[in-house]
Amino acid sequence: MSLDAFERAATGRHATVERTTVDDFGETLAAHLDGPTVGTPLPFEGVSLEPHPVTLRPTPAELDAATVGVTPVGPAVAEYGSVVLASDNWGAEQVSIYPETHVGVLAASDVVPTLEDAVERIAGAVGDGLTSAVLTTGPSATADMGAPVYGAHGPANLHVLVLEDR
Amino acid sequence: MSRPERSKRERAARIRELLSTDGRHVAENVEPFNEGRYRRYAEMADTESYRTAARRIKEDAIERLPELVEEVTVTVEGNGGTVYLADDADDARRYVREVAAANDVRSAVKGKSMTTEEIALNEELESAGVAVHETDLAEFVLQLADEEASHIATPAVHKSREEIAALFDSVYDLDEPLETPEELTRFASDVLLERVKEADLGITGANFVTADTGTIALVTNEGNARKSAVTPPTTVAVAGIEKIVPSLADLPPFLNLIGPSGSGQDITAYVSFFTPPVASPAIDFDSPDTPGFGDADEREFHLVLVDNGRMQMREDDQLRETLYCVRCGACANSCANFQQVGGHAFGGETYSGGIATGWEAGVHGTDAAGEFNDLCTGCTRCVNACPVKIDIPWINTVVRDRLNRGASPGSFDSIVEGLTPDEEPPGLDAGKRLFGNVETLARWGSRTAPLSNAVAGSAIGRRVLERVAGVDSRRELPTFAGTTFREWFDARDGDGPDDPTRTAVLYPDVYTNHVQVERGKAAVRVLESLGVDVVVPTVRSSGRAPFSQGMVRTAEKHAEAVTEALNPEIDGGRDVVVVEPSDLAMFRDDYRHLLDEETRTTLAEHSYDLFEYVYGLLENGADATDLSDAAKRRDGETKLAYHSHCQQRTLGVETYTEAVLERLGYDVVSSEVECCGMAGSFGYKLEYYDLSVAVGERLRAQFTTPETADRRVVASGTSCVEQLDSLLARRAEHPIRVVDPADTESRDR
Repeated sequence: MSLDAFERAATGRHATVERTTVDDFGETLAAHLDGPTVGTPLPFEGVSLEPHPVTLRPTPAELDAATVGVTPVGPAVAEYGSVVLASDNWGAEQVSIYPETHVGVLAASDVVPTLEDAVERIAGAVGDGLTSAVLTTGPSATADMGAPVYGAHGPANLHVLVLEDR
Repeated sequence: MSRPERSKRERAARIRELLSTDGRHVAENVEPFNEGRYRRYAEMADTESYRTAARRIKEDAIERLPELVEEVTVTVEGNGGTVYLADDADDARRYVREVAAANDVRSAVKGKSMTTEEIALNEELESAGVAVHETDLAEFVLQLADEEASHIATPAVHKSREEIAALFDSVYDLDEPLETPEELTRFASDVLLERVKEADLGITGANFVTADTGTIALVTNEGNARKSAVTPPTTVAVAGIEKIVPSLADLPPFLNLIGPSGSGQDITAYVSFFTPPVASPAIDFDSPDTPGFGDADEREFHLVLVDNGRMQMREDDQLRETLYCVRCGACANSCANFQQVGGHAFGGETYSGGIATGWEAGVHGTDAAGEFNDLCTGCTRCVNACPVKIDIPWINTVVRDRLNRGASPGSFDSIVEGLTPDEEPPGLDAGKRLFGNVETLARWGSRTAPLSNAVAGSAIGRRVLERVAGVDSRRELPTFAGTTFREWFDARDGDGPDDPTRTAVLYPDVYTNHVQVERGKAAVRVLESLGVDVVVPTVRSSGRAPFSQGMVRTAEKHAEAVTEALNPEIDGGRDVVVVEPSDLAMFRDDYRHLLDEETRTTLAEHSYDLFEYVYGLLENGADATDLSDAAKRRDGETKLAYHSHCQQRTLGVETYTEAVLERLGYDVVSSEVECCGMAGSFGYKLEYYDLSVAVGERLRAQFTTPETADRRVVASGTSCVEQLDSLLARRAEHPIRVVDPADTESRDR
């Protein structure tokens, strides 16, 4: 239910949402890796970036050259179609903000109904030592140049891959 | 340091210039923000509970501010950051300069922050040899153009795409000129990416700082603040102390509101919750092949909390509310005057829009608000837009009163002074005194009509009025009636209903009594035909006129006199029915600033908008036959174009006029504009005439479409009717005249 709502809301705010499974994940992800890719480890059982040409712990030059960044995301917010991007010393914050495309991997079980629910989760994680979380809704945007443009300083594309069996 | 006081003519010239430059783009650029806010506020089921919660959290936070400053200091320092509480702008600047020096900073990148502009941080760092690069695209444009912000949330709202393209072309000497918004955005973000990569210091503002976790919340769209905060090894967040809220868990109501209220978005692309120093490693692009991720990192973080007058604002019962402001810009977007001229006219040293009066007076001193404060007409369209329910018009009124009281004697005219005894100081501007004492003027006008009208209408009369009181000679003046509404009522034979269902006072406001007398007569006939026993007592004007001019003590005297006359009537079982919406707004709302709670509540709870009252009577089974007959007599003229009054809309009572008219068989098209532009005396003033006409243009356009051009025009407010008369070839009138059972088909007013 709330996954459907999340999907509608995210799609309405210029993100794409694609449902997949642990088994099909490799194929789903591969379709998005159309350039130099950087990433951070995925915490979902049965899923890994290892088989893919994704650079973990990139150098500054590799980060600069990357066109795709892959990170885990969650929780997701059904009412807005937002995803929370938590960042630690693996650098999900940089990996998600520098490349042109951000691919976020979400567990279907990690969708919460409201923004308030997500903030509650963030507050709990901050209490446990998380120092950076970004509630992300769609790609970066600006209206400063005379009309709405998607893709300002941050990514122009946000793709959310949902693991339906996680 | 305040801008020099300009004479009225110079001010008029400046406004004319901005109408044709900035104004053309401001209206266009803020329109989507406005539309989005209306849409989303209506769409969210919990808008009002979010606003109530946000307000309560801010009230509590400001109440406990000293304690929260201590708490956040302990928390942030416990996290490994440094907190500096800066007394004033100088202190804050000096601290950041020292942080830069201690870290050998040569280059800094900065996210959008009005507080850093308030303290003039860029100038300080530049003078210390640090290059500061604004990374917000709008701020980047302004930095290149060497211009000031024209809006607190979207600072380059006065620039067009073409102007930005020409600017980039001239600064960067481009081979191929840029055209589309996409090309301009790409170019600017590419330039700024290089600045981010080479920066040694990242500077951000803060939308919220949470005391319990030491989290900085940043509400953004572009991603520049994220990059600026996470790339360089040292970061500084500069925040006014009022940005502290007790807990991270307090943020949801604000986050649900700030996208809609600020930019008409459901939510912004990013809401960052940084609890620095963050674990994400800094990236050293000067060492391109050295991996940094995955390792622990040493980062340096400074939170600079800026007082700069805020603790004093907290002690000031009238300015305190300003500290609840989340700087979203909704008050600017929703303001008809702001839309036409932008923040370069409607703004002070740092801040712009309706709330700017509070901020400028608080952080730069009362005089800093003097140049633009009069641009708030008190229309109250911003009141329901503000996510934290700040009474922005009241802050403007209070500061106007303070400015009036601080005005030096010498500029006043003794004739006007003698004519209008009031509670105000001798130095008050003659125009303000004239408009503030309109009741006295109207009494004289009716007593001496038609002579008064002839004098006021004569060329000499108009020149004197313009020179002495700044009344623009292009405006048609109201015509005073020789027989006032009250005199008419008293001279009438008693035709009230034999067996009344209710008893009411029809409040004879100054305009109904002296100028728009016919609407008063129509109102009496309508109410009596619905079974109401009506009286029209002698009672003073509401005080709206002096209140608008910032003559608060004079308005207080009016409020006292009005309640002394009306409250005994209410105690005797009468309702109070009000024709003029701006007076109803005084009774229901503004009197809370002027009277004790019990006195004002009695009146507030028993006052009704005329059509609200009629609607209630009809709902309770009153016989509408007489009114329907009036409607039938106008075969072929049942199509109306209706303009409700701004304060009526804020009170939410404009729908009753539409509902009653539709119930009686009229086909009503309502205007969709923030304001007619007249706003009481505003449009009569020499310095604001052009602006008033420019604001009215949208209303004129809406009432001259193929759908509306042949409709009979009705408007609830006196000044709206006057403005519509000057905008349109056909005359406007109060809607009560349409349903007048004793209709004479007369269009005289």
